[in-house]
Amino acid sequence: MSELTQLTLAAALKGLDRGDFTAAELTESHIAAVAAARPLNAFITETFDRARQQATASDARRVQGTAGPLDGAPLAIKDLFCTEGVQTTAGSAILKGFVPTYESTVTARLFRDGAVMLGKANLDEFAMGSSNITSHYGPVISPWTGKAPADAVRKLVPGGSSGGSAAAVAARCALGATGTDTGGSIRQPAAFTGIVGLKPTYGRCSRWGIIAFASSLDQAGPMTRTVEDAAIMLRSMAGYDPKDSTSVDRPVPDYAAALTGDIRGLRVGIPAEYRVDGTDPEIAALWQQGIDWLRAAGAEPVDIHLPHTKYALPTYYIVAPAECSSNLSRYDGVRFGVRVPGDSLAEMYENTRAAGFGAEVRRRILIGTYVLSAGYYDAYYLKAQKVRTRIAEDFRRAFEQCDVILTPTAPSAAFAIGERMDDPVTMYLNDVFTVPASLAGLPGLSVPAGLSSKALPLGLQLIGRPFDEETLIRVGGVLETAAGFHTRPPFIAGEV
Amino acid sequence: MSLDKATVAKIAHLARIKVPEADQDHLAQELSAILAFVAQLDEVDTEGVAPMTSVVEHALRWRDDVIDDGGNVERVVSNAPEQVAGFYVVPKVVE
Repeated sequence: MSELTQLTLAAALKGLDRGDFTAAELTESHIAAVAAARPLNAFITETFDRARQQATASDARRVQGTAGPLDGAPLAIKDLFCTEGVQTTAGSAILKGFVPTYESTVTARLFRDGAVMLGKANLDEFAMGSSNITSHYGPVISPWTGKAPADAVRKLVPGGSSGGSAAAVAARCALGATGTDTGGSIRQPAAFTGIVGLKPTYGRCSRWGIIAFASSLDQAGPMTRTVEDAAIMLRSMAGYDPKDSTSVDRPVPDYAAALTGDIRGLRVGIPAEYRVDGTDPEIAALWQQGIDWLRAAGAEPVDIHLPHTKYALPTYYIVAPAECSSNLSRYDGVRFGVRVPGDSLAEMYENTRAAGFGAEVRRRILIGTYVLSAGYYDAYYLKAQKVRTRIAEDFRRAFEQCDVILTPTAPSAAFAIGERMDDPVTMYLNDVFTVPASLAGLPGLSVPAGLSSKALPLGLQLIGRPFDEETLIRVGGVLETAAGFHTRPPFIAGEV
Repeated sequence: MSLDKATVAKIAHLARIKVPEADQDHLAQELSAILAFVAQLDEVDTEGVAPMTSVVEHALRWRDDVIDDGGNVERVVSNAPEQVAGFYVVPKVVE
């Protein structure tokens, strides 16, 4: 075990500043950790040579006094971000051989600030999934095992779609990771693996160079082991980008400065509609515990209503597949990626897309095609867009009564690989608490808050007003301190 | 709303994804289950509600109409299955 891989991002940056160790040493420790954690299948592509070069350059900058805010920090990059000169797969067979000749804006900003890339993290194919089992490159295995029967090797999912990012950070392979979140893909895996995941407001981070799933929902964000680390990473990732017309031009604050610990008088909304029938009693108890922690810190819990909550998932499963069917039409075998010949042009398209897409992606493209097709557009797609307006209105009204909303992140702890596979709708229910904020474009933060009776991590979610990530971070810091979640997963890279 | 095999075949063709006949029954069931799930939206009163087109309430920016990028032929075609003299070589796509 290397002590250096146990550090938080904030502590590692301080250590580099003080000269306790070099970026090269920090990076070597993490490279060893990534190699030791290969059984988790958290990475699709390892970029160790590049990491070493970046670390050497970082050490040189530090000597010259030109080090950036993330200089020398080894990170994992979800393989949905295009990285110049490094294969980018989106977890799909159809992009086999695709090597971008450009850098996504978010990764470019991380590198501008000195970050080191260890590799490209595994994910659900095109970020469609809540378990990381739909990746063409195989499932990611959670570093958490729970109280598994000794005779059975029960492998748990890390959540998804940012499952490789979550597993890498939890297993101490990386100080932090990028994720993307369309309906919960940062927050749910963060909750499943006992780490922090922050989905910023839609428009806060540029989507340019991130392979698109559902463009009106997709948003990049940090996955880290502490709230402070998420604040540090977000500051580098966020900001206006002329190349993304939906990115918003407003100043990027020093998010870590929001960690004052003072939430006295803050009104915390508790939505009645999130107490859904059949909620796991452990989840309900943890939620109550969270309310009590915030009250003890001086905040004021307020009962609120979000009446259209139960319609969020059905809305999402129209809007997201519709956008995905449109976005993924570009994968046709003509200009890049896989091509499977056919007797006609149409057959070449059909063969290519049949071979290139996995079952879940195919299912969503078909649903999306159906709801956008002539005769069904109004009944499904337009209806869903109207309900989406209703859902956003619910939040707008709620935020007249409260400053932040507290909910559980997911309705259960992590499940085993192979479970919940029979019926897609059951799998979709994982995102019941995360999807509403996504549809409204609001920021959401998942903080690890406790362990289930099966010794698996559980998370609490904070939802904020548009562009008020600072309140999320401030309240998240208080929750983190109160919860005192320091349990490490049974699998730590290099210790097994 | 329940989909039959023929509808699945039709959607699959619209989506340009070959779905083997052996998969069509199973897919019809799965897609029908999803459609049954989303049918809950019929309960919501959306009379007079504007469909959401963007969660970001801001006017799109204008930029000057000037050339600010280009000259990247090699980078543009570098992922082409085949290229000649800076052009993509693709199967005939206009029939």
